Amino acid sequence: MKPSQFDYIRASGLEEAVESLARHGEGARVLAGGQSLVAMMNFRLIQPKVLIDISGIKALSYIRLERGCIEVGASTTQAVLMAWPELASVAPLLAQALPHVGHFQTRSRGTVCGSVAHSDPSSELPLCLATLGGSVVLRSTHGTREVAAKDFQVGLMATARRPDEIVAAVRFPVRQPGTGYAFHEMAERHGDLAVCAVAARVSEAGVRLGVGGVADKPSVREWAGLTEDGIDAALNEFAWDLEASDDIHGSAMYRRQLVRRLGRRAILEAKACRN
Amino acid sequence: MSQLTADGRRAVSFILNGKAETAFAEPRMLLSDFLRQVMGHTELHVSCEHGVCGACTIQIDGRPARSCLAFAVQVEGQRVDTVQSLAGPQGGLNDIQLAFRKHHGLQCGYCTPGILMSVSAFLKVNPDPGEQEVREMLSGHLCRCTGYVGMVRAVLEVAKGRLTREASQSA
Repeated sequence: MKPSQFDYIRASGLEEAVESLARHGEGARVLAGGQSLVAMMNFRLIQPKVLIDISGIKALSYIRLERGCIEVGASTTQAVLMAWPELASVAPLLAQALPHVGHFQTRSRGTVCGSVAHSDPSSELPLCLATLGGSVVLRSTHGTREVAAKDFQVGLMATARRPDEIVAAVRFPVRQPGTGYAFHEMAERHGDLAVCAVAARVSEAGVRLGVGGVADKPSVREWAGLTEDGIDAALNEFAWDLEASDDIHGSAMYRRQLVRRLGRRAILEAKACRN
Repeated sequence: MSQLTADGRRAVSFILNGKAETAFAEPRMLLSDFLRQVMGHTELHVSCEHGVCGACTIQIDGRPARSCLAFAVQVEGQRVDTVQSLAGPQGGLNDIQLAFRKHHGLQCGYCTPGILMSVSAFLKVNPDPGEQEVREMLSGHLCRCTGYVGMVRAVLEVAKGRLTREASQSA
């Protein structure tokens, strides 16, 4: 199918984009990489009246280290973040997860902030953001506010973003000393959305595991003093609490099993690479 | 800021396969439809139209892109390349195309133009890939007849050939 009609606005800066959003309100959508948005428009799952294109705003394509976080600007593509030379040392979880985000052919346009704004429950970047305890920078004509990842995504493709706000940046906490990270996922084809994805962060203080693709949003659980013998029981409880459901990609039972197996693998791997 | 209204057709000026072009499109026109129906470039193939199959992959400013997930109005001032851009000055096949032929990297050929544009972009950023990396890159394309084994061989051979040529030129 083809998209329905819309007015197209090419914003030359963040201010302009924000003003356009304020003017057009709920009928407007921000177009960054378009790798999810345009597909949804082709299916007419959404029919925005106005598209505000921010993909050409050079000032929004940046990666910077600030206050213990990697801040990624709104038009930074996934390919640019993946090619950032410091990624593996500064954010090992992102370095492991990004190859699973779409394909070589979609990461070249798809943006990091776009993935977070879209908030698909099976999407890898929102899962990493939730597991690391990152935040989202929202900008409107009324100003800027920063929302913690756990408060940002509220459900299936639903976020705390107000209609007049734009996701201006996302902030991922950098690697902590003595902490190990690991990422695993099961998808029908490499690069497709995860049937189940897990992200682990293991330190002296404990284990933190995020699971995507099972519930309606990334779910994160923390355990202090989790021993190797206790992992299976802890993951079994977590898997049942996620209230998985059957769909065309897999049954609830299969998903629970993936949580147990991938979860164990990720926790042990993260533990092994603590430094 | 520029605003284009939904029902108005606007001029889009861009570079298509090295040649400056201007043509008209309304905002909702997908780049894939624009290139095929307005520009007549039917070497670009369309299949799923939601970014999954990879058949319509082209390059925008040298980077791979699903043309069904971009709008024509977005390429204003940009460089767009279809599989035609791979041909040499005399119109012959380039090294990637020759390797695909040699290794049976295609059968019906419907998915091939998109795959060739991916491979050409991929080898620019990764001139010496391993087999796993080639397979991951190809995972962005669906081929339902010939399979991927020949394609993997072709890409690895092209990479090796280019590196060997470069080494002998700089020696």
